[in-house]
Amino acid sequence: MTTTAAPLDVTALRADFPILSRTVRDGKRLVYLDSGATSQRPTQVLDAEKAFLQEHNAAVHRGAHQLAEEATDAYEGARQRIADFVGADFGELVFTKNATEGFNLVAYAMGNAATSGPEAKRFVVGPGDEIVVTEMEHHANLVPWQQLAARTGATLKWFGLTSDGRLDLSDVDSVITPRTKVVAFTHQSNVTGVINPVDVLVAAARKVGALTVLDACQSVPHGPVDFRELGVDFASFSGHKMLGPSGIGVLYGRRELLEALPPFITGGSMIELVKMEGSTFAPPPQRFEAGSPMTSQAVGLGAAVDYLGVVGMERIHAHEHALTVAALEGLSAVQGVRLIGPSDAVHRGGAVPFEIEGVHPHDAGQVLDSLGIAVRVGHHCAWPLHRCLNAQSSVRATFYLYNTLDEVDALVDGVREAQKFFGVA
Amino acid sequence: MQLQQMYQEIILDHYKNPHGRGLRDPFDAESFQVNPTCGDEVTLRVKLDGETVADVSYDGQGCSISQASTSVLTDLVVGKPVGEAFKKMDAFVELMQSRGQIEPDEDVLEDGIAFAGVSKYPARVKCALLGWMAFKDAVARSQGAA
Repeated sequence: MTTTAAPLDVTALRADFPILSRTVRDGKRLVYLDSGATSQRPTQVLDAEKAFLQEHNAAVHRGAHQLAEEATDAYEGARQRIADFVGADFGELVFTKNATEGFNLVAYAMGNAATSGPEAKRFVVGPGDEIVVTEMEHHANLVPWQQLAARTGATLKWFGLTSDGRLDLSDVDSVITPRTKVVAFTHQSNVTGVINPVDVLVAAARKVGALTVLDACQSVPHGPVDFRELGVDFASFSGHKMLGPSGIGVLYGRRELLEALPPFITGGSMIELVKMEGSTFAPPPQRFEAGSPMTSQAVGLGAAVDYLGVVGMERIHAHEHALTVAALEGLSAVQGVRLIGPSDAVHRGGAVPFEIEGVHPHDAGQVLDSLGIAVRVGHHCAWPLHRCLNAQSSVRATFYLYNTLDEVDALVDGVREAQKFFGVA
Repeated sequence: MQLQQMYQEIILDHYKNPHGRGLRDPFDAESFQVNPTCGDEVTLRVKLDGETVADVSYDGQGCSISQASTSVLTDLVVGKPVGEAFKKMDAFVELMQSRGQIEPDEDVLEDGIAFAGVSKYPARVKCALLGWMAFKDAVARSQGAA
């Protein structure tokens, strides 16, 4: 990756995304600032899905016919390209239905470890053991761990936040202790865009022999990510946030761990030998892909990483950084706006949450929507983070490679419009 | 413009000057309701006097729609027999689920007719019904306790 690459030609890029040229709410130009929730798909991805379905569609990993062979090649070819994209080996990636399923897969498989073979012993958690998360987690990387603790009698602990919304790592060793079995944390907050120091947490976890589980939903789509380099044990991300289809997510697991991890969902395709008395299981990744998998979605996600790779992740990150700086500047100049989280763009991705004094986020979102501006309002599946930062909810703008500085200006103007409408300007 | 259609003056008035707001004693039952998609919440108390709704008091955090509709609720049900209050509730729920397709009856819903425009926005229907769900629950609890 080069850091001196030319800036993105956003006008040319936008032509690849047909939805961006539509209008909404009586002819308003669409300003899509909700890619943190779901991104839009370029024609290259849509075409790849369509071509697969028109030319190669069949169930993968079964059938003796040519289409089955082509479909399997397309499915496994996508796995290989996605693995290359995130710094993983082919056998280290499991397709899931979404990122949430990836976290649940690890949590439930760990819950199954107590009744599995001796190779799974390292995954067993129980009374006296500790599971560590953070207060900035998306519910997807929080609730499964709360549930694992509840099922096994383990204790849930967490890192709190500083007043500006970064992880409070002032006393890492009191949170991650020799009792810690898992440390689950987000790479980049889906609310504030804060990028966490993965190295610090991985080092602390390794020191005590704990597993690390990374929420990479907001990092993989927006910048260069190499799981091998990060040194995490597991990571989960979703297709629809990175120009790909919905209905597909990816779980990364270090090979030796996936090989020892018991299954979560069981059934067809994941077995080795089935007898009435019991069954043995296939090696990973098949062990974790029970039932007929999603196919055109995998192919679409393969096309998405091809697209992102051509554009360049460094360039995308730099572009979003510029938009974030502009948004922070623009919004902080509006009286009555309170930025939530850091007020600067240091170690931060393209997410800007805020409140407007006297205008509830839901109402602000409605005014913005009437102007064609799509933002997220609410707690964005991160309720504890909001509580921690004294916000009942927030308005969140998120940026991607196709957003422009004009759209940031439209957002700031829209916020003033909302203040005017509700008489608080 | 669409925005004015949704945010009728009546709604904004109730939002800025809510009726019956603040939790009061005595009460028979209390209900806490939350909209899990946005975190809006309302705590609502009901005091029954026989079959009559003697008082409704509430507190909460929420958008203009949820706050205004709870304010309108108190106007509509306080002093009414429970059966009539529930008829108004049914009429309001039907209106909110109509996607703007039905003409509300002002004799039944009074200021509540202002929410007809809100029904065109499915994401906001839950906001408008939050206080009403709390009312229904609190009445059921009051009657269950009696």
